[in-house]
Amino acid sequence: MSLYEELGGEASVNAAVDIFYRRVLSDAYVASFFEGVDMEKQAGKQKAFLTMVFGGPNNYTGLDMREGHKHLVDKGLNDSHYEHILAHLRSTLAELGVGNDKIQEVITIADSVRTDILNK
Amino acid sequence: MAMITYKGESYTCEKDETVLVCLLRHKVFIPNACQSGVCQSCMMKAVQGTPPKVAQTGLKDTLVAQHHFLACICKPEEDLEVSLYDSSKDWMLAEVLEKSLLNESVVRLRLKPQHKIDYMAGQFINIKGQDGTSIRSYSLASLPTEDYLELHIKRVPGGLVSNDLHDMVAVGDSLSIMGATGDCFYTNRDQEQPLLMIGIGTGLAPLYGVIRDALAKNHTGSIHVYHGSLATPGLYYIDELRNLANEHESLSYTPCVLHGDAPEGGQQGDIQSVVRTDFPDLKGYRVYICGDPQIVDSIKKQCFMSGASMSDIYSDPFDFS
Repeated sequence: MSLYEELGGEASVNAAVDIFYRRVLSDAYVASFFEGVDMEKQAGKQKAFLTMVFGGPNNYTGLDMREGHKHLVDKGLNDSHYEHILAHLRSTLAELGVGNDKIQEVITIADSVRTDILNK
Repeated sequence: MAMITYKGESYTCEKDETVLVCLLRHKVFIPNACQSGVCQSCMMKAVQGTPPKVAQTGLKDTLVAQHHFLACICKPEEDLEVSLYDSSKDWMLAEVLEKSLLNESVVRLRLKPQHKIDYMAGQFINIKGQDGTSIRSYSLASLPTEDYLELHIKRVPGGLVSNDLHDMVAVGDSLSIMGATGDCFYTNRDQEQPLLMIGIGTGLAPLYGVIRDALAKNHTGSIHVYHGSLATPGLYYIDELRNLANEHESLSYTPCVLHGDAPEGGQQGDIQSVVRTDFPDLKGYRVYICGDPQIVDSIKKQCFMSGASMSDIYSDPFDFS
């Protein structure tokens, strides 16, 4: 069974998107990067991201991630913001009752795309 | 093997092949990205035939109701005729049956289209201005069961279409219309869910359709309607909404005005604060928000932060120009 299936598949991603996005928008340190974006489209992108870090079906390419975040890196997006996002991901999973070892697996995947997102 | 028809051409879909792969293989370009049913960039609409249920995984109920599906995870079990999600419809003429002022700056038009329009209450149509080039969208306040299309048109200073509709167009004239589209409408997926409807100005138009549609479809959960305006003269349909609230115990109606006295049963204050105070916790609610885009976006965010799920928020930001 894949990690994605173990976590509950699509239904769990849907539950996670609302909690995760709400946490991110409540955090003034990172919320400004999400200002003026279409919330529904953004939720779609977060769903794709969470599906990927859960180990679910995806067609992830580092190039897309780089292109998609370049304008944010230009605005100052850096490692400290990324740490905030990882922390929100951690607490989202904890709120959903995911065990510590599984949370660590997800965080490891999310951390592996850091260099692409931050255009390093 | 199923046949896929797109833009009048038919293509053979191989066994286990998806609609997306089939079309791409035939050098028909369809926008796509994740190819795994997540990003929704390859969304298409089934014009004929039924796509397998799994091809609608994750789509909002309003999109499912309009037969949309994701081409990248659709392995057809029968012949399908498909179109792109935003495929344009045909222009047709509609006769003005009735024209009356709802308040100092909003006129109500009732139109009889040349051909019957298939629509859901709350969707919008496009209207061509008298200059033949300007196009504006207007929400439908009518129900598909009524034999006219009803629009509420606010006069926009310098507006190319709204001023024509206010000043030039008369009963008996014909207008060029096209429609209907939009996904701000009622579906009866959960008839017990409490509904919160927030309309600013002529944002009431689609909601007036959605409210009556929900009641006609026997929605049993509570329905809270808030209509906001700068001052009382900017409100309209006060009696109609009060009557609906009297007839239906589940329905409440709250007019809100920023300045001056609110009508009886209403509140004075900005509609966003009023809603925030009245609904501190929106978990489990379905929310509809229509009107000026800046207020809509801001209230949308507030409702999400107050606990409404993103998939339970329907909005229609009006672009006034």
